[in-house]
Amino acid sequence: MGPRRALKLPTPETLFDFMTSKTKQSFRWKDFINAFGPLFGLLLVVGLFSLSADLRPVFFTGGNAKMILTQTAIVATGALGMTLVIVSGGIDLSAGSVVALSSVVAATLLIQEVPPAGVILLTILAGGFIGAINGTIVAGFRMVPFIVTLGMMGIARGVAKWLANNQTVNPSENPLNRIMEPVQPLNFWPLPIGVWITIILAVLMTFVMRYAVFGRHLFAIGSNEDTARLCGVRVRSTKIMIYTIAGFFFGLAGLLQYSRLTQGDPTVAIGLELEIIAAVVIGGASLNGGSGSIMGTMLGALIMGVLKSGSSQMNWPTYMQEIIIGIVIILAVGLDKWRQSKQQTR
Amino acid sequence: MRGVHKRFGATQALKQVSFHVGPGEVHTLIGENGAGKSTLMKILSGVHAPDGGEILLEGQPFRPENPEHARRAGIAMIYQELNLAPDLSVMENITLGREPSRWGWRQIRHQASQARDALECLDHGDLPLDQPVGELSIAQQQIVEIARALLGHPRVLIMDEPTSSLTRVDVENLFAVINRLRATGVSVVYISHFLEECQQISDRYTVLRDGESVGSGDMKGADLQHIIRMMVGREMKDIYPSRQTTLGEPIFEIENLSGQDKPLSASWKIHRGEIYGIAGLVGAGRTETLRACFGLDPIKGGELRIGTRVSTQATPRKRLAQGMGLLSENRKEEGLLLNRDLADNLTLTHFKPFTKAGFISRGKQLDSAQHWIEKLHVKARGATQHVGELSGGNQQKIAIARLLHHQADILLLDEPTRGIDIGSKSQIYQLVAELAQQGKAIVFVSSYLPELLGVCDTIGVMSRGQIRACRPASQWTETELIEVAVGQDQAHDGAKASPQAPDPGNTL
Repeated sequence: MGPRRALKLPTPETLFDFMTSKTKQSFRWKDFINAFGPLFGLLLVVGLFSLSADLRPVFFTGGNAKMILTQTAIVATGALGMTLVIVSGGIDLSAGSVVALSSVVAATLLIQEVPPAGVILLTILAGGFIGAINGTIVAGFRMVPFIVTLGMMGIARGVAKWLANNQTVNPSENPLNRIMEPVQPLNFWPLPIGVWITIILAVLMTFVMRYAVFGRHLFAIGSNEDTARLCGVRVRSTKIMIYTIAGFFFGLAGLLQYSRLTQGDPTVAIGLELEIIAAVVIGGASLNGGSGSIMGTMLGALIMGVLKSGSSQMNWPTYMQEIIIGIVIILAVGLDKWRQSKQQTR
Repeated sequence: MRGVHKRFGATQALKQVSFHVGPGEVHTLIGENGAGKSTLMKILSGVHAPDGGEILLEGQPFRPENPEHARRAGIAMIYQELNLAPDLSVMENITLGREPSRWGWRQIRHQASQARDALECLDHGDLPLDQPVGELSIAQQQIVEIARALLGHPRVLIMDEPTSSLTRVDVENLFAVINRLRATGVSVVYISHFLEECQQISDRYTVLRDGESVGSGDMKGADLQHIIRMMVGREMKDIYPSRQTTLGEPIFEIENLSGQDKPLSASWKIHRGEIYGIAGLVGAGRTETLRACFGLDPIKGGELRIGTRVSTQATPRKRLAQGMGLLSENRKEEGLLLNRDLADNLTLTHFKPFTKAGFISRGKQLDSAQHWIEKLHVKARGATQHVGELSGGNQQKIAIARLLHHQADILLLDEPTRGIDIGSKSQIYQLVAELAQQGKAIVFVSSYLPELLGVCDTIGVMSRGQIRACRPASQWTETELIEVAVGQDQAHDGAKASPQAPDPGNTL
């Protein structure tokens, strides 16, 4: 892939273009906005909160930034997986339930005194297992992902409650409780391990999306599935892989969720899938598939994190937060649509 | 390929078709729509599996399991419809499915040079590799598609209507490429409706009719009339209706109509009983003018009169109520609800005759649909069959029947015979003539000049958003039409507007 968006500044989209040979340098506003849209959104949200003199001293502290990152990590991790699914033209509604299920799995395994490394591995595998089932049904029977994962949303939630006997699972003190622990709550450093894991995975996935054959096939399938098939892309196995990898990420998000509450809760993360999807969409992905980026998704998750944190510190009631986030989602996608129609008429 | 047959459900698409292509030979497959050309090629390229018969590739039996398998064996296919991923770049589209990679990571330098080589082969090395394909013009997209087929150095290259959206220059380039491939021993199977084009490029031909191979021979010195007879299976003489025109009062007038981008300033005056043809290149603004008239696109200036009433601004709903009907050029995407049945499609704009208190009487709806199906000789199982299951020609009849059911007085027909076989075309000409006889006004947009000359009373030529010239059809010749359509700024058009029509050939 050549530098599709050739810019002189490293933008989220072109950050890694130094690795490729540049064929042409040209500046296009459209590319600029495409690359920076979500970033502007984030700056705008931060800027708006900075208008309040009461908020400024509390909001712009290292500790608060750390808190936002920590709270965002779970949504962001899930959104990494969801980006793959959405770019390929699919959707996974089971994400929230899988997060709950894997948090219960983690807690249950810890009670069984499985060593932490084993717990991590098995929890992530549990998420991947659900994803593999989703993918197999979607790809194998050519069923609509919306329906398949809607069903799985109920199944995974039910299994979580069953496994947990309809109550929270509370293991004793163990190393996994520390993953999301803010060690010095007032300072930015050190960041919790969970935040680092998310950041590292985001960088890894950016490379996978751009430079791995798998990543490009993902875009090809989302852009035009028939073409991908005619060109010999293994559409079926790629799809199974997409949902499985997404499952791994939801499993990991479940692990982070466990660590945050230090308990397995089968009723946690209800509606989380929608927050995750919102992050991906605010980040510039199209639900029709074919476009989207990891960097955008991460910024999308952060925008929502900042909004939540800011509005709760402004002492706005939760219903206000919900309304605001709803408006932001519609605005983000609406702006995108408007921009595209502008480009077409030109 | 020997004795290949294939059936889809109850339809026998191919029966005992045989043909062979030698190395370095360009072989044309000729036949009407639905004759089985595309099906045959889809079997060869592994999209469909044959029900019987055998394929020999270099003397060895070969049974392609899927497109990838066929491609590995050296059979590449360029499909009639564009098959591109619009969000991916030119380079990614060309190398899709065969990205050079190590451990699953793309080797971008190799990928770029492979794509570049393929494009240079086509004399289009200047296409930007990193541009999303969706932003390219149709002709450029076609180049990308061909470049992809060339990538694997195929031994057999199948081209299904590769020139339908190319400009003259690009067609010449393509032929140069085909000649180059021929020289290196590649076999080319070429499918086209443009017979002159086939004669220019190919060595041999095979004619398919109703799923059977009915004849083959050397292209050199072949008699086109003879080929057409084989293809149609009957003498095609009077495909255009003869009729006497009696013009009534003017019913549909536009004056200096301008839209968003096109039309710039279009004017016409159409009478009852008149068939008004519009010729022009792709991109001249013909479709846009019809859309603006029908209220689908905004009208920025000028005037539109229906009868004696001025009614410039209107929604499609209002236009329908005024007795205007539009037949979209894009049957599949705009014109029809493909997964709904014939009855719903036929009566969509006009449920009134069988509606009581907001509820539709299904029985009466079906009766009404059946009436039109019989009247227009639509080949279908019945009014409850889905439109998507019909052939192109029959789909088009349904789309036209909707306008008739609506009892529209002004019919805007945009490419009404595009992509349908010659038998259906002839029936549609007949129908249009009858409608004019009944006093309806018809606007007939087409890129195929012989049919405009054969069907219309008056022909206006559109170029750059304006009707440049308008005369009775009897005073036009094809050459004159093209001259006006191309206009003086011919050189500009190049990639943007692809002259679909200028080949006054025996297109089918």
